[in-house]
Formats: sequence, C-alpha cells, structure tokens
Amino acid sequence: MGLLDFFRTTSPSANLAKERLRIIVQQERGSRGAPDYLPTLRRELLEVIRKYVNVDSEAVQVNYEREEGQEVLELSVALPVKAR
Amino acid sequence: MTEIIVVTSGKGGVGKTTTSASLACGLARTGKRVAVIDFDIGLRNLDLIMGCERRVVYDFVNVINGDCTLKQALIKDKRIDTLFVLAASQTRDKDALTAEGVRKVLDELIADGFDFILCDSPAGIEKGAHLAMYYADRAVVVVNPEVSSVRDSDRILGLLASKTERAEKGGTKVREHLLLTRYSPTRVAAGEMLSIADVKDILGLDVIGVIPESPQVLSASNAGTPVIMMDESDAAAAYGDAVARLLGDESLPMRFIDEPKKGFFARVFGG
Ligand SMILES: Nc1ncnc2c1ncn2[C@@H]1O[C@H](COP(=O)(O)OP(=O)(O)OP(=O)(O)O)[C@@H](O)[C@H]1O
Ligand SMILES: [Mg+2]
Repeated sequence: MGLLDFFRTTSPSANLAKERLRIIVQQERGSRGAPDYLPTLRRELLEVIRKYVNVDSEAVQVNYEREEGQEVLELSVALPVKAR
Repeated sequence: MTEIIVVTSGKGGVGKTTTSASLACGLARTGKRVAVIDFDIGLRNLDLIMGCERRVVYDFVNVINGDCTLKQALIKDKRIDTLFVLAASQTRDKDALTAEGVRKVLDELIADGFDFILCDSPAGIEKGAHLAMYYADRAVVVVNPEVSSVRDSDRILGLLASKTERAEKGGTKVREHLLLTRYSPTRVAAGEMLSIADVKDILGLDVIGVIPESPQVLSASNAGTPVIMMDESDAAAAYGDAVARLLGDESLPMRFIDEPKKGFFARVFGG
C-alpha cells in the first residue's frame, strides 16, 4: 500500500457486492420453479401485518424450497425493535 | 461430431459478441470447421465485429424461410479458411425465428460436417435468447465482475438447466462454462471489483477464461478484426487460452489476473 492509499477513505465495495449477491442468488435459486403467486402472497401478507405493526417492506420474506419431493414455504416477519 | 456452443449472458453489453467472434476465430485457427451464427435478430452486430458486413447478402431468417440456400448465406471468412459467418436478419418481426427453423439450419450445418457451431445469443431471456441456447451442447456464460451481470448469469444457468432440449429430454445436461470478461486486476486488488474467486464462489462454476479489460477490444472492433487476431494484446492471449481450454486443455494457468508490478515510486506514493 502506498502512502496516498493511507489517506483514501472509501472502503472497498467488492465485499459488499459479494454479500448482496450471495443472498439474492441463494434466494432466487431456491425459488426456481416456485408457484407464481408468491410475490402477491408476500404483498398481501405485508398489508395484513401492517394493520397491526408498522413493518418495513423488507421485513416480510417468503421463501420457497423443494427438498426431496417436499415443498416448504417459509415465512419470516421481522418486527421493528420498538414494537417489541 | 458437431458441438453446438451458445455464448450467452442474460445482461446486455457484457461481451457476448466480442467473445463469439474471438472463440470462433480461435477454434477455426486450429483447423476446425466453425460456423458462427448471430441470433440477435433485428440488431445484427456479429458481422461488424467479424468485419464482413459488406458481404452480407442473405441472412439466417432468409435461410429459414427458404429464400436462399444455407451455402448462399454462409459468409466465408477472408482470414481463416475454415470459418463461416451466418448474419442475423434486420427484420423487426420477432417471430421470424422458430424452433423448427433453427433446428433445420443446425441440422444442415451438422450434415455438412462442421466441428463447431457457435450461437451468439441476444441479451435478455426472451425468444431469441431462448432459441440460441435451446439446442446447445455447451454454454459459455459471459459475465462481468459486477452485481447485475453475476445475478443475470445465475438466471441464465437456471434456464440452461431447465429450458433447453437437453434439459427437457432428460439426457446429459448442457456443459456450462463461465467466461469472466472486462476484468481489472488493479481494481480487484483495491477491493473495488469482485474477484475471480468471488464469482466462482457465488455461481458455483469454474471459469474457462478471464479476459482483461482492454483498450484493444475497441480498436479491434473499429477495424472489424476479432480481438483474438490482434498481436501483442492481453485480451487476444486470454481468448487464446480460453479456446485451448474449450478444446480440453486443463493445465493452462490463468494469465493477466494479477495486478501489474509497480515500480518503487508507485509503491511509495500509491497509484
Ligand atoms: N475485454 C473488454 N475490454 C474492454 N471493452 C470490452 C471488452 N469486452 C467487451 N468490451 C466492450 O463492451 C461492449 C459490448 O460488447 P459486445 O457487443 O461484445 O457485448 P454483447 O454482450 O454482445 O452486447 P449485446 O447484449 O448488445 O449483444 C463493446 O463496446 C465492447 O467493445
Ligand atoms: Mg451482441
């Protein structure tokens, strides 16, 4: 590393890219061949949950997986810190 | 035995046509008979990169429609005897390509004894891209070290595994290869760009070649010479290595993947 690098403040972004990709790719692979209604299901769930708690749109995740002939639909809802 | 190889990516502008032209030249240089087909109907490009745009009389769709024979439409390369180009049509009719039509042309090329048929896919995942990959035996998935390109490559890998003839008939699957291009070792070293290892890791696939970002690619396209034919170009040498690996050489180390060595001055002051 040169002297000038020492003063550069921007942090390397490649790691960030890798982490984001790891998540999205894993998610998309899992949902290949998943039913088409999942995005609508997720939207409607979000609406229902928002009647009770004001969650962020990222908070509701719907994951579909097929393992050894079994289909699993996994729903996860992250509640905001304040609401707990 | 003819091998049908699709060059595909999902995302546009990542280097499919550049790659198709160079791989076709590289394979043909070894004496193999090679036909390279532009599947980008409406937006033909391959003829320009190959430098044969003024010699296009008939195109892919003309052959499918029976307006001419395949022989009349194949353009023989002026540099390499065993290399032929089939240009895309400029028609705006999206339905000009059909699975039966494509099959017919491929069968004729196979009967003619071609060793390799390279299919230069259009961007996207619509009909043109689908037909370009449908009959493939192998796929070269072109990817840039950048999030949207990597994500699209993964979607294309999914389609190769489900929406090809091989996948549908349940035979041996399409052999997939990654080709990483526009790679900048300096930016990787600075942590600004995904590395080869990152991309391999995310996509779970080995790379068949790493092509550096190179100003020679533009000068090659200006001249209508596939970059692999440019002397003293890193990109040419890297494409040459990729061709050797496609032909089965597994021992070649990757080149041009390390940051160029800096002198003392640059090391002290950065650069
Ligand atoms: N290794 C490289 N270094 C520098 N520039 C490159 C490199 N590879 C490709 N390019 C440039 O990227 C651009 C797109 O290349 P190309 O036309 O081959 O992509 P494509 O994937 O075929 O695009 P499309 O999706 O439109 O068909 C061109 O301007 C080309 O010169
Ligand atoms: Mg192209």
